[in-house]
Amino acid sequence: MLTSRVIPCLDVRNGRVVKGVQFQGLRDAGCPVEAAARYASEGADELVMLDVSATLEERGATEDTIERIRAVLDIPLTVGGGVKSVSDARRLLNAGADKVAVNSAAVLNPKLVTELQCAFGRQCTVVAVDAVGRDGWWEVVTRSGTTATGLDVIRWLNEVESLGAGEILLTSWDRDGTRDGYDGPLLAAASEATLLPIIASGGADSATHMADALLAGASAVLAASIFHDGDATVRQVKTDLSEKGITVRLC
Amino acid sequence: MEVNILSTGVANVASVVAAFKRLNCKTKLISDAHAVTESPFLVLPGVGSFQSGMASLVDKGLVDALRVRISDGRPTLAICLGLQLLAEASEESPGVRGLGCIASTLTAFPNTVASPQFGWNWLSNENAPVLGDGGYVYYANSYRMTECPDGWGSGWTEYGGPFVGCLQKGAVVACQFHPELSGEYGSTILANWLNDERRATC
Repeated sequence: MLTSRVIPCLDVRNGRVVKGVQFQGLRDAGCPVEAAARYASEGADELVMLDVSATLEERGATEDTIERIRAVLDIPLTVGGGVKSVSDARRLLNAGADKVAVNSAAVLNPKLVTELQCAFGRQCTVVAVDAVGRDGWWEVVTRSGTTATGLDVIRWLNEVESLGAGEILLTSWDRDGTRDGYDGPLLAAASEATLLPIIASGGADSATHMADALLAGASAVLAASIFHDGDATVRQVKTDLSEKGITVRLC
Repeated sequence: MEVNILSTGVANVASVVAAFKRLNCKTKLISDAHAVTESPFLVLPGVGSFQSGMASLVDKGLVDALRVRISDGRPTLAICLGLQLLAEASEESPGVRGLGCIASTLTAFPNTVASPQFGWNWLSNENAPVLGDGGYVYYANSYRMTECPDGWGSGWTEYGGPFVGCLQKGAVVACQFHPELSGEYGSTILANWLNDERRATC
């Protein structure tokens, strides 16, 4: 059977890993290539790299960073952040990404999802969705949480599935960086609504949180700070998940 | 060791190139029939649909060169859609003929499982020497082969029933998964394919 995946996330700006709560107060967290190699050797199933550059100059370093990560990385690499077109995606794929994640640009122009699927295939097309809890529903937010869209998360998931998305990276903006655990009700509602694999993101602090997210219906769990801070290793987390009865790839 | 990678412009080959570089191979992207014939080691990667994959081989005039190379048993590694293109046909693209090197037709996963299959699944080795003891490998596919064609060694994975994860006949190896993205185990499979003795008997 398919295993549940554990996916470390690198937020990268100008060639360095950064971290901060809800992208505020970013701090340097090291070299992305070293981090990628370490996570892969510890048994990470995939890696996500999000480009959080603030300026075009900083973004110029992205392809070089991808190339250097690709040289050492023998697991799938998803890259997102600022992807607005098929040609943006092609640059990232040529540099060494295996999948591309689109977020704000897909909300502005949903046809982009179909264009990516036609150009590179469904297996390449990840739609990242940032969700904020409202009274009884979740709203899609964009531009690093600064823009409310009025879109219902569940309806948006159904739409991107029919447009050609292959996977969903679903971040709870309420939980991101808080370490209070993933948003279980959001994950349950989302996995009920779509057959697409859902990568849970935002709020992880422990293997218990990850197990809860996987039991709620996520196919994969993404985490950044617990791995960057050295509070837990990927290997330790996967061993803990296995002891909780979750099927993971141990290596 | 020089590994040539068939690049028809559709598939993303950066990960394949990187994987062979880590094994200290020289890599070159090729797209013409002469190079298909002459390459000491040839990789046929591929993502996208059966129809678009075949169309690009037809457009570039590579069909005959690939058929001859494979029937001669020269070192060839087909990955993902590459494996599927070796078959006769696929439910994905009715009416489109594959290379026909493998007497088989691909079918869709049953609707009891989510499709595409994305992620790591266990590959058990029945009798394909390159696979060693078996291990977890990374898949991204919607169609699969459910019977092993005569004369090939195979490895198997379970997803809505058993399906063919890998086929091997001597130096010709076809993987439904992505060995270049399958961690240390994937890298071992690539190294075995490059090694005469490891891939010898089947």
